[in-house]
Amino acid sequence: MTTVAVKPATMAQALTRAMRDAMAADPTVHVMGEDVGTLGGVFRVTDGLAKEFGEDRCTDTPLAEAGILGTAVGMAMYGLRPVVEMQFDAFAYPAFEQLISHVARMRNRTRGAMPLPITIRVPYGGGIGGVEHHSDSSEAYYLATPGLHVVTPATVADAYGLLRASIASDDPVVFLEPKRLYWSKDSWNPDEPQSVEPIGRAVVRRSGRSATLITYGPSVPVCLEAAEAARAEGWDLEVVDLRSLVPFDDETVCASVRRTGRAVVVHESGGFGGPGGEIAARVTERCFHHLEAPVLRVAGFDIPYPPPMLERHHLPGVDRILDAVGRLQWEAES
Amino acid sequence: MTVMEQRGAYRPSPPPAWQPRTDPAPLLPDAEPYRVLGTEAAGKADPGLLRRLYGELVRGRRYNAQATALTKQGRLAVYPSSTGQEACEVAAALVLQDRDWLFPSYRDTLAAVARGLDPVQALTLLRGDWHTGYDPHEHRVAPLCTPLATQLPHAVGLAHAARLKGDDVVALAMVGDGGTSEGDFHEALNFAAVWQAPVVFLVQNNGFAISVPLAKQTAAPSLAHKAVGYGMPGRLVDGNDAAAVHEVLADAVRRAREGGGPTLVEAITYRVEAHTNADDATRYRGDTEVDAWRDHDPIKLLEHELTTRGLLDDAGIQAARDAAETMAADLRERMNQDPALDPMDLFDHVYAEQTQQLREQRAQLQAELEAEGETP
Repeated sequence: MTTVAVKPATMAQALTRAMRDAMAADPTVHVMGEDVGTLGGVFRVTDGLAKEFGEDRCTDTPLAEAGILGTAVGMAMYGLRPVVEMQFDAFAYPAFEQLISHVARMRNRTRGAMPLPITIRVPYGGGIGGVEHHSDSSEAYYLATPGLHVVTPATVADAYGLLRASIASDDPVVFLEPKRLYWSKDSWNPDEPQSVEPIGRAVVRRSGRSATLITYGPSVPVCLEAAEAARAEGWDLEVVDLRSLVPFDDETVCASVRRTGRAVVVHESGGFGGPGGEIAARVTERCFHHLEAPVLRVAGFDIPYPPPMLERHHLPGVDRILDAVGRLQWEAES
Repeated sequence: MTVMEQRGAYRPSPPPAWQPRTDPAPLLPDAEPYRVLGTEAAGKADPGLLRRLYGELVRGRRYNAQATALTKQGRLAVYPSSTGQEACEVAAALVLQDRDWLFPSYRDTLAAVARGLDPVQALTLLRGDWHTGYDPHEHRVAPLCTPLATQLPHAVGLAHAARLKGDDVVALAMVGDGGTSEGDFHEALNFAAVWQAPVVFLVQNNGFAISVPLAKQTAAPSLAHKAVGYGMPGRLVDGNDAAAVHEVLADAVRRAREGGGPTLVEAITYRVEAHTNADDATRYRGDTEVDAWRDHDPIKLLEHELTTRGLLDDAGIQAARDAAETMAADLRERMNQDPALDPMDLFDHVYAEQTQQLREQRAQLQAELEAEGETP
């Protein structure tokens, strides 16, 4: 057997490839947003698409997020499959009315007659030294809105597979891209046949017996690092990558927690009103008799996102995760 | 070397050449709202079209009266009447081809009906048994839109998509004077002009956004003037002159169809009734103002034109009224039947494929209904 040296690809490149493959396979797929054409996006995620498919398929729009999403709604009404880029998490807010009042409801409003297959790509989260309005974790706003799927990859392979599935979905998908993982690389090989990952299935990234870390997006690598560090403390941690907040995979999450008996939810989003509260409640409701300790949360503080020179104090890190794991009432076992 | 010497010799240079990107003059609206009825232009109007408009106006007025009556009988949750604005409603529907699309607001059920929609289906939202009572693709009528002006970018996107596909389709989007203050109005007009999308924006300036008069809404010379800032023509028309509204909208539709891009039409009309049956207009306006508009009424104006010119007689008027009465009786009878409700519908159209969570919640409601003895 010969090993072929593979040039590692980044998450950003996998996302580009997903859009390129989707556009090649389906002429109704249109990419639109601010700077996505000639420039290839501020993160270069749409690099080359306008050149390859023309500006009618990858369009630089006026700088107006409600207009971008609102016109995408009309395009989807006419049978197109728009892939919309919101330039940054906090720049997506002007589009909220279109998202909540129309994108999320049109299928339901019309009893299925007018589905809106729109993918809304949103670079989100902190850790890149961004100044104000460039680092928000906005997922809690989206997952509170019925009718939207909310998907976020943590690996390069998932970036490809989940984005292809999102574009192929007949429902609107808010596709949250952890911007600090844009330049991450793993063993994903763009030259191999690619798999489209189903939306709504969590995966166990690391198996363990002591406790489950439930996480997603930018916090997945942090949790894997914490799990490695935890070995020194004698803990064998399992890490579940949710991949999709809506639909939520109760089955995979609860199967893990029933095995380990302990759980910590980890995310950058603030704790109060954040996804962790919902997840902790769901796990408690379903796994109460398997739990050795209350489900804990390691989240961002309940503060406006900090300026870049202070963000390291806000983001969940290995130490804060291990500290939470240490509070999972281990003394009860001795 | 002194600082002055380091600076060297600088000669101020003029800025790179600048000129306006579009000549604004042809985009400006006329000084007066355009009128046909009672003017020389009426002589050139197609008598068949005028008679058709008349029949639709009479039917539309009766429809408004019937829908308002249904609120009093508890058969409609709410009804925002377009009484007095029938000329705009009817003309908007009649200028479009079958393949074109109409984007109505919540006050525009009459336009949807004039386009061919069953009135019962058009009123579903306001009856409250579902949010939309029709398949939008069937008559190319988008769902009635409640959040103000948010349907305008949809019209732009649809028209743009149709043009990308090479289809000959125009979208006509309806909005009120209050809606022009919304951000989506601005963004939609801007996108439409940049993309040269085949779309027509019809603003029915009926004087009020619920209670707030236009003077508190805008300082623009007219709403039609706003078009100039986007690089599209603005047209002002008497919104109670059905022939004029039809002509101006037909021009705009033709222009869009021929690749000329979008047009903003402001129709000056008046909301004769309160905002809805739940509103009390005496709190913010006097009868004198309303009475002045009652005389400049779309039906009276057109009826006068047609009878004066011998294009309509008593029998014709009676025939229009009879047709309207037949429609109203049918609407009344069908609206007086309780709609069939299926609570399971609440879960069935949220996603293409139901999530596990919704399956569980659906089962919960089903069990509750069975326990109550209701069989869903």
